[in-house]
Amino acid sequence: MGKRRRDIPEINAGSMADIAFLLLVFFLVTTTMDIPTGLQVALPPISETPPENSQQKKREVLEVLVNSADLLLVEGDVMSIDKLKQKCKDHLTNEGRDPSLASSSTKAIVSLKNDRGTSYKMYVQVYNELTAAYNEVRDEYSMRTYGKNYSDLSPEREENKIKEVKSKYPKKLSEAEPVNIGVK
Amino acid sequence: MSKFKKDGGRTTPAINTSALPDIVFMLLFFFMVATKMRDREMKIRTKLPQATEVEKLEKKSRLHYIFVGPPLDETLGTSPRIQLADAFATVDDIQTYITMENAKKDEAEVPYMTTSLKADETVKMGIVSDIKQELRKVNALKLSYTAAKAAKD
Repeated sequence: MGKRRRDIPEINAGSMADIAFLLLVFFLVTTTMDIPTGLQVALPPISETPPENSQQKKREVLEVLVNSADLLLVEGDVMSIDKLKQKCKDHLTNEGRDPSLASSSTKAIVSLKNDRGTSYKMYVQVYNELTAAYNEVRDEYSMRTYGKNYSDLSPEREENKIKEVKSKYPKKLSEAEPVNIGVK
Repeated sequence: MSKFKKDGGRTTPAINTSALPDIVFMLLFFFMVATKMRDREMKIRTKLPQATEVEKLEKKSRLHYIFVGPPLDETLGTSPRIQLADAFATVDDIQTYITMENAKKDEAEVPYMTTSLKADETVKMGIVSDIKQELRKVNALKLSYTAAKAAKD
């Protein structure tokens, strides 16, 4: 009975769970889950020289105007927001068929003008619709040519395809300086 | 051998809790990886607008934050205010703020810095346009209108 091997006593791990719980609760409280998402915009750099007087033909430009009452005016006509995307897509994919819309997709420009009194919500909605139009048009083109959506093209392996789609439908979304048309 | 026999009535064995720390650690690591630190106190209300075409912002370290919205403290009124870091600010402070923040970063990272504009949906575009102008002046040209993801119809 006397010859027992002396074992190293086991470390008491009973409180380990408590420590881990404490850390867990700390992280639960101090962190947030949401990954920031947003509409990406590239602002134009400020240049000393005033922009060259755009000699863009009127047909190439789709004019979108949002006034201070959040009403939408496209090419001079009042339009509801749910028709904007289709209108913009028609403009981009027109390729010279309709004389009032762009002559080619590479020349097509969308001009967005808003009032200082426009609500941010409306502005984001309009911007979203226009971005959606570009994305869909690119998706469709990419699907036709490569059998794959533009958004599914991998930036590493299919760089050329992405470039090709981008050059076919360049995102020319110009924003004018906001104006003050009728402040409330 | 009867001395090894337990005497007394049968007691319920204790539940083995040795795997409990492992489970809790697993949860802990999940939360450490999946979440980010809450690092600023909001002084204004930002109810984000919804959009379908939102993109995830790649790296949190490459973001500047600008908040715009009505103050949470109702004694300060309801007109929208700008919050930079933890304090109220005016449009004129934006240039300094962005420059200071950029100075803290690695120089190579500066061109990739995106400004995340978190604005309340009730804010008027006037103040947003002013902010955009200021950002253009400091050459912070990548902007993101932070919006919640809405389901596509």
